[in-house]
Amino acid sequence: MPNVMLKKNAEGKLVFYVPKKDLEEVAVSVEFDSPQQWGGEVVLGDGSKYYFDPQTPPKFPVTLRAKRLDSGEE
Amino acid sequence: MTAMTREETEALIQEVLEVYPEQARKDRAKHLAVNDQSLEKSNKCITSNRKSLPGVMTIRGCAYAGSKGVVWGPIKDMIHISHGPVGCGQYSRAGRRNYYVGTTGVNAFGTMNFTSDFQEKDIVFGGDKKLAKIITEIEQLFPLNKGISVQSECPIGLIGDDIEAVSKKANKEIGKPVVPVRCEGFRGVSQSLGHHIANDAIRDWVLENRDGDESFPTTPYDVAVIGDYNIGGDAWASRTLLEEMGLRVVAQWSGDGTIAEMEKTPKVKLNLIHCYRSMNYIARHMEEKYNIPWIEYNFFGPTKIAESLRKIAALFDETIQAGAERVIERYKSEYDAVIAKYRPRLEGKRVMLYVGGLRPRHVIGAYEDLGMEVVGTGYEFGHNDDYDRTIKEMGNATLIYDDVTGYEFEEFVKKVKPDLIGSGIKEKYIFQKMGVPFRQMHSWDYSGPYHGYDGFAIFARDMDMTINNPCWKQIKAPWKTAAVANEQVAAKAA
Repeated sequence: MPNVMLKKNAEGKLVFYVPKKDLEEVAVSVEFDSPQQWGGEVVLGDGSKYYFDPQTPPKFPVTLRAKRLDSGEE
Repeated sequence: MTAMTREETEALIQEVLEVYPEQARKDRAKHLAVNDQSLEKSNKCITSNRKSLPGVMTIRGCAYAGSKGVVWGPIKDMIHISHGPVGCGQYSRAGRRNYYVGTTGVNAFGTMNFTSDFQEKDIVFGGDKKLAKIITEIEQLFPLNKGISVQSECPIGLIGDDIEAVSKKANKEIGKPVVPVRCEGFRGVSQSLGHHIANDAIRDWVLENRDGDESFPTTPYDVAVIGDYNIGGDAWASRTLLEEMGLRVVAQWSGDGTIAEMEKTPKVKLNLIHCYRSMNYIARHMEEKYNIPWIEYNFFGPTKIAESLRKIAALFDETIQAGAERVIERYKSEYDAVIAKYRPRLEGKRVMLYVGGLRPRHVIGAYEDLGMEVVGTGYEFGHNDDYDRTIKEMGNATLIYDDVTGYEFEEFVKKVKPDLIGSGIKEKYIFQKMGVPFRQMHSWDYSGPYHGYDGFAIFARDMDMTINNPCWKQIKAPWKTAAVANEQVAAKAA
């Protein structure tokens, strides 16, 4: 359950930063990304997958706890 | 020597690794790589920020060095107590040449060494009482200090002293910030964790001090220079450019910086990060908490300076954008003259770098402006994200080495035969004795500044006087050159 720092970059894409792992990656897809609901499965550029509990859209930048589903390796 | 191909570089790495025992070879192989610009992510080719192998000689520092030496030390109006035995503070005293304005011992304390000088009894009975006494004494002797930080050395963590409690109490007594920093040297694998700990200490003990206080008048052009330690005057050379383009520099972190500036930083509109490795943590925190965006910039060499000035200006309105163009235009004749003078003398020279956490990639542009080529680079304590940013800056098939050992570095130099090495003081004399020109790139070999347009002129002059110094022709012992000459004479006679 890593703490993930999330922010929007200049292109409006979601940027993922995990301090402990120096992982800085742009999210390719976010499962729920509407004004009503945000979260679910997030797929990163390197193929790894994280899960956030669906919630009302947070104000970015923000630090949230994520569940790691797939490290994207192998 | 011409540029090496990918195969040659790979073969070189294998050759160097051969002497290690199997386990060590496997470990070190992960830290050495041939650059491949097509890669997006560095973790595919290089491992970094791992513990050094026992038995090899590496060039890293400790968490205390990262906190006291790098982040906290340059804050000039605070007194930084090296809490623990006397050596750590004394040997790190004033070596980094972070310049500052002020009267040392009266209102600035940058080059002084304050230590609690731990003795056996302090280890046995604890040093908290001594620390409290020192803080009171400092307050009497140096009443113009604006705050105190307690930089822990190894024993503090080992014996479990409660420096936080002492600091809180002292803070009430003297009415100034007293910041305990848990930067014991044994934490982490290099000074990098010390930077992080120091950033966290600033976050917890300094940054919030003026929250809710709106008395500081702000402008839409307020910026903070973060991660510039004013080595040889670097931050001053950077600051003038930013001010000339119309921005207002509210704070310098931390070269020639003050605690008041740091407390005002949450009021700025944009954070400018020069040393990403040591201060990205606080920038990310401010982005989240105070909604202040941050960008990285690079003030080494005219190409990168112009690029950075335009990048910074793009985040402001037209007046600043016009200001950036004006600044670039104003210095154009100056830096063109520098290039015209030195480029012919330096064209085609090859450089190998091995520095801390930022310069291995930041100075590449400055060398390229002088027509030089960087053929190998590496970080002492860089992380993955640093290597991500390095891959694109370096040429294809160049060497990249992480936490290089003394042996590996020497062997690389023997094979690659660069015309110049840029690294630290510990490497300097080895390579000079090998007959390779060397510049100390941590504190600019007692020169500087190297940032900004003014710095570039000094940078170019220094590189020229090192590489083209006539002493390198005299490096061979006279009786050895004589022997060759004698043989030639003998051969002719026969």
